[in-house]
Amino acid sequence: MKSKSQKRWQLAANVILMINSLLALLPFILLIIASFTDEKVAMTDGFSYFPRKFSTAAFGYIIQQWAMIGRAYMMTIVVTAIGTSLSVIFTAMLAYMLSQKKLPGRKIFNFYIVFTMLFNGGVVPTYVMYVKTFHLKNTIWGLIIPNLLLSGFMIMLVRNYFENSIPGELYEAARIDGADEFYNFFHIALPLSVPILATSGLMTGLSYWNDWTNGLYYLDAKGKQLYTIQNILNNINENIQFLASNATGGINIGDLPTTTVRMAIAFVGILPVLIIYPFFQKYFAKGLAMGAVKG
Amino acid sequence: MALKKKDPAPAGNKKSFGAAFLHWLPFYLMGAPGLIYIFINNYMPLAGLQIAFKNFNFAKGMWKSPWIGFKNFEFLFKSKDAFVIIRNTLLYNIAWILIGMVIGVGAAILLNEITNAVAKKFYQTAILLPYLMSMVVIAYLVYAYLSPTSGLITKAIEGVTGNTVQFYQQPKFWPFILTFVHEWRGIGFGMILYLSSLLGIDPTFYEAASLDGATKWQQIRLITIPLLKPTILMLLILNLGQVFRSDFGLFYQVPMMQSPLFPVTQTIDTYVYRALMQLNNVGMSAAASFVQSVVGFIFIVTANKIVTKLDENSALF
Repeated sequence: MKSKSQKRWQLAANVILMINSLLALLPFILLIIASFTDEKVAMTDGFSYFPRKFSTAAFGYIIQQWAMIGRAYMMTIVVTAIGTSLSVIFTAMLAYMLSQKKLPGRKIFNFYIVFTMLFNGGVVPTYVMYVKTFHLKNTIWGLIIPNLLLSGFMIMLVRNYFENSIPGELYEAARIDGADEFYNFFHIALPLSVPILATSGLMTGLSYWNDWTNGLYYLDAKGKQLYTIQNILNNINENIQFLASNATGGINIGDLPTTTVRMAIAFVGILPVLIIYPFFQKYFAKGLAMGAVKG
Repeated sequence: MALKKKDPAPAGNKKSFGAAFLHWLPFYLMGAPGLIYIFINNYMPLAGLQIAFKNFNFAKGMWKSPWIGFKNFEFLFKSKDAFVIIRNTLLYNIAWILIGMVIGVGAAILLNEITNAVAKKFYQTAILLPYLMSMVVIAYLVYAYLSPTSGLITKAIEGVTGNTVQFYQQPKFWPFILTFVHEWRGIGFGMILYLSSLLGIDPTFYEAASLDGATKWQQIRLITIPLLKPTILMLLILNLGQVFRSDFGLFYQVPMMQSPLFPVTQTIDTYVYRALMQLNNVGMSAAASFVQSVVGFIFIVTANKIVTKLDENSALF
């Protein structure tokens, strides 16, 4: 039943989207090939999709310097794990409270959260407060607490889910059987809202994994041992000497495969996301679409 | 009746305050950690807005630093920086809102045409990938093409013309590079956004139209676009509410903070960072940050007022 014009449309759409997909993927492919390129070849020919000589020297260097890079990897994992768990628990509990339609003060609490989506003190007051009042500088909490832990928007999404997707009769029935509110929350609300909590956790986890701004503000040279992979990448960007001055075993900057090593570290940093993403693509897409409809 | 008894019905005031309090206490306890966090992270810094009006001294702290009225703002607006950072922030935002809208709608319409499920999933997965990467990594990707010593594009130009283009030293390239990188990263996101409204369009519209002999192009022009209009308008206004904010990561990471590029790469957000952390000029930084917060607030509230008038369900609050 397909007409000629429909077929032509299909073809055009396929071609354009294929070009688009390649455009999206090619830089990542270049990054991977660059990290396997021989340092001298990279210096003389530049990065190329078809380098004259491959080499694993950059990864050899990473393994040799695993004390620094492995620790940063661990930091990324720890920060992501703590931040995401706290975020999901806090979000779910607060959303559960807000989902109670008769809760005294409900309107005030709702406004309390919506206001954070409209106005904020800005970078300077936030920075001064966390450093002067809470002394987060050069602590792991400096990576976890500022800005990333809760999002007013996510709280509202989870609240809506509790309100609309879980029938109130379930709670009532449990209450008659003598269940308290904590039981209701943990045994009814949470299990029934796995989809939204998983999406929320995935998005929060990604933002912790990718975050480098908290490290930029709250870690300085004294907090080097707390650097995450993203902080290391950022520091190499700012100063290629970073690799040499933090290497163990007195490496001379001249001997470092700096051109390819920075690409190799970036590759190692995105590898987990590259591996996980295709399997969770649907959830990422859903999470982004939800988050987008409203600001 | 048993149900009724369990219900505290606070509106009726039949129960004593104590009983109502006991009933609601578990809920407040559950909400407390989140509420406290929001108080610390979002409300306490509001007191720090006064820093913009003070000669801030880190050792003295914000309460003991002396008031200096509008001096910080005077310095800020007398410098050339104020004009440049506000201009850059506004112009990039406005241009990107328009470009992003066209590309997003276009990509969504194309993806919606694809009937092969595997191909559709592949396109969506691939095109969305850049959006999930941190700006640091994206800066590396850009560097792989533009690096003066080994960039793929730099070397290709060198091979043809014999000249090495110093991308990281020449401002004239950067409005285009930044726009390209921003759209390259954002296209998948825009696509998903409009795709969800496309999926809501009743397919019988298209069936009827093709029975009447409407071409695909006519269908897009006369059915798809008009039905997408509310979504497009809503996102347009909501985005315009954000024009005073810029993507700090993009402007900070991708041009690698090269000072020759500042005239076209500095925005309010990168300026606030630089003045605070690198130039140690807390006053100027606080003043710029204050202007951004207040003007941004006015923009968002105005945008939301307009959205509420058009369609209450799309409003932010």
